[in-house]
Amino acid sequence: MSLDPITLTVIQAGLQQVCDEMDLAFSRAAFSPVIAEADDRSDGIYSAEDGSLIAQGAKGLPVFVGVMQYSTRVLIERIRDGETAPPEPGDVYIVNDPYLGGTHLMDVRFVRPVYRDGEIFCWLSNTGHWPDTGGSVPGGFSAHATSVEQEGLRLPPVKLFKRGTMDQEIFQIISSNIRVADQRIGDIKAQAAALDLGEARLAALLDRYGDDTVKAAIAELRQRAATQMRALIQEIPEGEYNSVAYVDSDGVVNEPLKICLKVTRAADFLTFDFGGSSPPCQGPMNSVLATTLSSVYLAVRHLFPEAPISAGAFEPLRVIRPEGTFLDASYPRPVSGCAAEVSQRIAEAVFAALVEAIPHRATAAPAGTSGNFALGGFDPLTGKGYVMYQLTGGGYGGSADGDGLANGCSTIGISKAQPVEILEQNYPILFRRYALHEGSGGAGKFRGGFGLDYEVELRRGEARASFVMDHGRYGPQGALGGQDGETNKVTVWRSGEAYMPPHLSKDQDIKMEPGDRVHVRTPGGGGYGDPAKRDRAAVAEDVRLGRYSSEAAGRLFNYRQSD
Amino acid sequence: MSKGEIIGIDVGGTFTDLVMIDHQGRVRLAKSPTTPENQAYGVLAALEQGAVKLTQADLIVHGTTTTTNAVLERKLCKTGLITTFGFRDVLELGRRTRPQAYGMKGNFRPIIPRDLRLEVIERMDAQGQVVTPLDEAAVVVSAKQLLALECEAVVIHFLHSYANPAHEALAAKIVRDIWPNAFVVAGHELLAESREYERGVTAAVSASVQPLLERYIASLRHELASAGFGGEMLVMNGNGGMVSASEVSKEAAKTVMSGPASGVIAAAATGKASGIVNLITYDMGGTSTDVALIRDATPTVSSEIEVEYALPIHVPMVDVRTVGAGGGSIARVNAAGLLEVGPESAGADPGPICYGRGGQEPTISDANLLLGRFETANMQSISGQATRERVELVFQEKLGNKLGLSAVEAAAAVVRIANAKMAGAIRMVSISLGADPRDFALFAFGGAGPLHASALAKELGTPTVLVPARPGLANALGCVLADLRHDYVRTLNRPFDHLEAAELHSIFMDQIAAGEEMLDRESVDIQERRRVYSVDMQYVGQSHILRVSLDTDQPEMGEVLKRFRAVYKERFRIELEGIQAKIVNVNTSVIGVRPPLDLSKLIDPAGRMTALADAQNGQRRVFFDGVWLQAPIYWRDKLPLNFEITGPAIVEQMDTTVLLEPGDVAKGDALGNMIIRVGVL
Repeated sequence: MSLDPITLTVIQAGLQQVCDEMDLAFSRAAFSPVIAEADDRSDGIYSAEDGSLIAQGAKGLPVFVGVMQYSTRVLIERIRDGETAPPEPGDVYIVNDPYLGGTHLMDVRFVRPVYRDGEIFCWLSNTGHWPDTGGSVPGGFSAHATSVEQEGLRLPPVKLFKRGTMDQEIFQIISSNIRVADQRIGDIKAQAAALDLGEARLAALLDRYGDDTVKAAIAELRQRAATQMRALIQEIPEGEYNSVAYVDSDGVVNEPLKICLKVTRAADFLTFDFGGSSPPCQGPMNSVLATTLSSVYLAVRHLFPEAPISAGAFEPLRVIRPEGTFLDASYPRPVSGCAAEVSQRIAEAVFAALVEAIPHRATAAPAGTSGNFALGGFDPLTGKGYVMYQLTGGGYGGSADGDGLANGCSTIGISKAQPVEILEQNYPILFRRYALHEGSGGAGKFRGGFGLDYEVELRRGEARASFVMDHGRYGPQGALGGQDGETNKVTVWRSGEAYMPPHLSKDQDIKMEPGDRVHVRTPGGGGYGDPAKRDRAAVAEDVRLGRYSSEAAGRLFNYRQSD
Repeated sequence: MSKGEIIGIDVGGTFTDLVMIDHQGRVRLAKSPTTPENQAYGVLAALEQGAVKLTQADLIVHGTTTTTNAVLERKLCKTGLITTFGFRDVLELGRRTRPQAYGMKGNFRPIIPRDLRLEVIERMDAQGQVVTPLDEAAVVVSAKQLLALECEAVVIHFLHSYANPAHEALAAKIVRDIWPNAFVVAGHELLAESREYERGVTAAVSASVQPLLERYIASLRHELASAGFGGEMLVMNGNGGMVSASEVSKEAAKTVMSGPASGVIAAAATGKASGIVNLITYDMGGTSTDVALIRDATPTVSSEIEVEYALPIHVPMVDVRTVGAGGGSIARVNAAGLLEVGPESAGADPGPICYGRGGQEPTISDANLLLGRFETANMQSISGQATRERVELVFQEKLGNKLGLSAVEAAAAVVRIANAKMAGAIRMVSISLGADPRDFALFAFGGAGPLHASALAKELGTPTVLVPARPGLANALGCVLADLRHDYVRTLNRPFDHLEAAELHSIFMDQIAAGEEMLDRESVDIQERRRVYSVDMQYVGQSHILRVSLDTDQPEMGEVLKRFRAVYKERFRIELEGIQAKIVNVNTSVIGVRPPLDLSKLIDPAGRMTALADAQNGQRRVFFDGVWLQAPIYWRDKLPLNFEITGPAIVEQMDTTVLLEPGDVAKGDALGNMIIRVGVL
């Protein structure tokens, strides 16, 4: 069947609309603030045959770009091999196993078949970040975990809904193994309702244009997305581009983890070779293959935002499987840091490799850490335990277009930070400062953006602080002569004495008493271009506004008061 | 008291529009170019053009974009901030995301620059208890320092002032004793809601536009008084109500989104008069398209509007969403060989090719021209001319050749894709507000709205389109139709089992008293006073809120809970009986309802013909669905009152063109509105 390009575009918009509506429905009804407020979720449509991505919601969390196609594919294979029960209409599978095409345990996927005339036409799937899935620390980010069992409950694909009805037994197994279980039923219903809605909307689209037409359009759109990506890749001159990026440490062994990347543009393919990267690590800074792949896709999309999100667009991107490295970890390696931290470092490696080839598109490295800070304790005033969970931003890298943004959100997220006033309403804490991390922007012709500097005090009861952050050892890389951004800094003030975590930005269960404080300064972005070439008026303005001291400006930008 | 002439004047981006209704219900209209440097000149020109005798006018209701432009262009008054020690950067750090989901670039300019943001020692906690007392001497020093830095306005913004405003109020009093003018804004005065960034930005925006608005209103009043005007002047607010000119600048932030709001007010009033109370308004102009939802003749109001990226103004405002560009959206063929429309726009300058101002890129407006859907000749907003041949050539070269289509076919494709995309965006807005577009009628206005309305209605499954008598003057009409309105929001943020009914009732009483006092101060003729009560609720653990309307200021708690669960179930089709609910905000609106106006004379009855044929002004070829059809052209002002037209047809009027597709049936109603029953898709 041959389709005119106009019908194609209209069907493409229709498929996109189905996904966007699922995203919206999911966020609006969810309980987990990570989903409802931070949009840490994604919804998409996947092919019946191999689960390849047909369309994905535009407002889905970037780190989920393409990732659900792997978990859907694994599900299809397991059904074929008889390892998972075959689907029936109205079934919804639940799965969070990182090694079956996943990310970390907190990202829980629902997968639902869409039937037309008794046959599976496609799959709908969504992922939501649950605030907890059990494990040794609330929230799942254990800096010291050495196996996945310590990180939480691992679910292979099982049917949570059978013919439209929730299986109470499976639900009870889940709810008995996670914290704050009473609210999860709200998230489960929201997540399933989004797929319900998606099926209804997709059915309306199929009724309107006809199943065969839509099927043909999906195939044609896939080809054309590949064509479009190939055309975009042509902007990169043929050749090899290398970069290196580091993760501070894995939280257990205090040694850096190295990401080596060689990007090759030959003909209309981009090949990503991570050969030479560090082997799998003991702590939770491993990545699973699906997350490594989606990190590459998300980095490429940051460089080429006009590219569609579909399996076709990924075709010209060839990632050589990084076997034997920490970017392709297998059971039982702990993986909680993969989606939040390692993914960002992979993206930075891609930016750093390509910034010389496409200097107008790539930026210097952004802050690149999710700034995960968890505080768990008991509040004597309310008589209840609590878990606070804070994510913060940092400075973005400078670019050909100008200075980096201050306090931008993580590279892989698109979430708003929680207000100080809301945090203080909910937990026995008092922020003493919430300010610009002065001097943190990497010097450059276009400097990096500034990080965040906050200090928070425990007011009542005992609590334990945990961190999974990064860029504590190495600041975000500068580009094209620009300098690195300032590193992430964590200090815990206990009874007036400063405690610095040995791993700098990773630690867990640091005991705190009332009056003790946690002081965090998040990274600044890398600078772009030679700092000496920075516009003198811009340097003077930064000094006037106290963003850099005049001493620092002199050192970094060769600035003199008389300038 | 105003029993005589009422004048509504709205200053838009391009034109200043005027609607005058005299004591006999006669209507006069005028349209004059906006004068950006001082909008008062454009206003005077419109008054002159409308031959308004200001000595006879009782009431002028004014919609102005003075504050909107100042914020978007950051042409603000020099404003300082005095804030809690440790928190001066909140206004710059924000609750940052990034401007686009993909692409690690972009920038943000805070409303108040860092050197004008000062800190004083003080601290309140979330329960409203003093942690650290206010350093009063530091407030004096800071205020003097800001004056020395030549600040004209100042914001006092302390953490948790919504819970206990004592420090903020004391600091404001200290500053007011020193400050040489009235431009002192304390955060809690405008908004008693938690979230320090949102409350702080709202206060900062308000303070930094307040002097501008005050000067503008003063100069306009002076000009009007010199011309003999002795009546009352009111100014439109973003909540769709109006306030007296003497009060408006105190809460200047409320005027920032007033232009789009007044168009929605006109739509609600028009729909109500026509018996169509559920509407989706669709205002498509040259540079942007705005969408809003009206339920039961009441526009949806939100307190969580972002004026632009990371710039929230959290005061109640009519929830108008910009869903994309307008007629100027550019079409191109991407590397995949697919046709894309937008997001790039030719804007107003150079604009579409057919505007003849040097535009070189094919746009939606140009596609409409090629398809015979509209002619540039009638359009007031178009100055130059570019030939149809020129447009056709560009469509052939830039689109047709790449798609294997003729220029006309390419133009049809542009319109089809644009409609599909706009319908999708409208759908997203309506479902995000919990509404199924099939239950609504489409209210089309703005210069380009009525041209696309029929096709959009079909895409959305909306059976009816309402095109008002004056689609290009909706904002000015909204000014004459709006009620007086004062909104109050109080954050409680308390689970149900921690809340006594008496506390809720006393908040409502305070809010009512404040609103009634405001109405008493405004000497405007009102017919009745109305109050609207609601609470914003959620299940404990959620972050999105859902508004629950109440019909009394003394509700029983059990009834409130029952209503919330019902509203939640209807919206999300999810029941959560086991989970505790919580009241986040308590809201009251006190409304002074103005006497109704007769809308039937918006089109002069004397100009109407008795036979439809007499309203026809030739015909032209229009391209529909692959074929050229002859469509009769009617002049709107000449249509008989109870006309019935079957598409294809074109109805032209001063500022817009209505397109009836084959299968559509349009009828006139007694008020001069056109009601289109759209054909099937």
